[in-house]
Amino acid sequence: MTRRSDRPRRRRFRIARIFGIAGLLVVAAIGLGLVYLLYPRPVLQSEPIAVETLYAQLESLQPVSAFDTIVEPRLRSVALFEEVGRVLQSPRCMNCHPATDRPTQTEAMWPHMPWVSRGLDGGGEANMRCTTCHQAQNAEASGVPGNAKWSLAPIEMAWQGKSLGDICRQLLDPARSHMTREELLHHMAEDDLVGWAWNPGGGRQPAPGTQDEFGALVAAWLETGAQCPQ
Amino acid sequence: MVYAVRVNGSLHKVEADGQTPLLWVLRDTLGLTGTKYGCGIAQCGACTVHVDGQPMRSCSLPIEFVGSAEVTTIEAIDDPIATAVQQAWVARDVPQCGFCQSGQVMSAVALLRAMPSPSDSDIDTAMSGNICRCATYNRIRAAIHDAAATLRGEAV
Repeated sequence: MTRRSDRPRRRRFRIARIFGIAGLLVVAAIGLGLVYLLYPRPVLQSEPIAVETLYAQLESLQPVSAFDTIVEPRLRSVALFEEVGRVLQSPRCMNCHPATDRPTQTEAMWPHMPWVSRGLDGGGEANMRCTTCHQAQNAEASGVPGNAKWSLAPIEMAWQGKSLGDICRQLLDPARSHMTREELLHHMAEDDLVGWAWNPGGGRQPAPGTQDEFGALVAAWLETGAQCPQ
Repeated sequence: MVYAVRVNGSLHKVEADGQTPLLWVLRDTLGLTGTKYGCGIAQCGACTVHVDGQPMRSCSLPIEFVGSAEVTTIEAIDDPIATAVQQAWVARDVPQCGFCQSGQVMSAVALLRAMPSPSDSDIDTAMSGNICRCATYNRIRAAIHDAAATLRGEAV
């Protein structure tokens, strides 16, 4: 009799002990968690960004005179174009010379956001023109770049994915560039849409050098026979 | 500097820095708060207004570039196309949170003025710069088709 009545009591005692231990573990875990969460830590302070990282680093172009030491005219012409190519292949120029109907943007040359397409005249589709967002000049507050002629280069003048030599041959082919050599020089040296590349606003990295230096290099390249790299 | 801007049919004299976005002149100076500030960098389309009938992002349009152009905001679009768009918006219960909707409606009205019977592709192109965080895109597209059908005299 005594043994039989003791059994459920012992079982209850064992269950109570298990729950008691589990409860203690839960309380201990909560306690440790609170200690961890409430333990005083140093608050992260904002730090000023170094001034040089706020502004795009300027890259220079070599002057035409730097190429005078190359005696062989053809080699000098190719070297001049390779210096010109540092501008042509900068994202400021390449972004609007895409190989598709869509421009790219930023230094990383991501697809343009929002989705846009060149349309019939390179100025966007009829119902989503470039001028929906891009004005005649850069907009300071929004950082949206602008120029009165903002548009894509013709698809025949697609540069993205092409070698510098291919770009060179494209420029010299009036069927693709739609320009004579005189017009080409004017476009490079004086066109204010090209000039935007040195005044891109919005913290963007300008093209190397200045438009005047670039124009002088293009002129020297044309004068030396407009030779192209391979 | 003082600028004279023509907004919703009235000429307003506004004193502002030339680079002040039209959006802030509309909202803060003229009290036309139907045009919304979304991203401020011409990525979302919430601030879309019509400038000489063309949809433009007012957040990236400095006041000095507005010149003598006629600016129309959501408060003043009032023609059969705008009415058809508004009715289609209500019938389709397009807005969810509603924040982007004035920009969506302005772009939709501009689209239908230029293109009375847009295809899905035309709508996608025209509306690609108007982002909706609630993803009401399907209802927007359906409502534009409904408005176009109404304007053609077809039953919706």
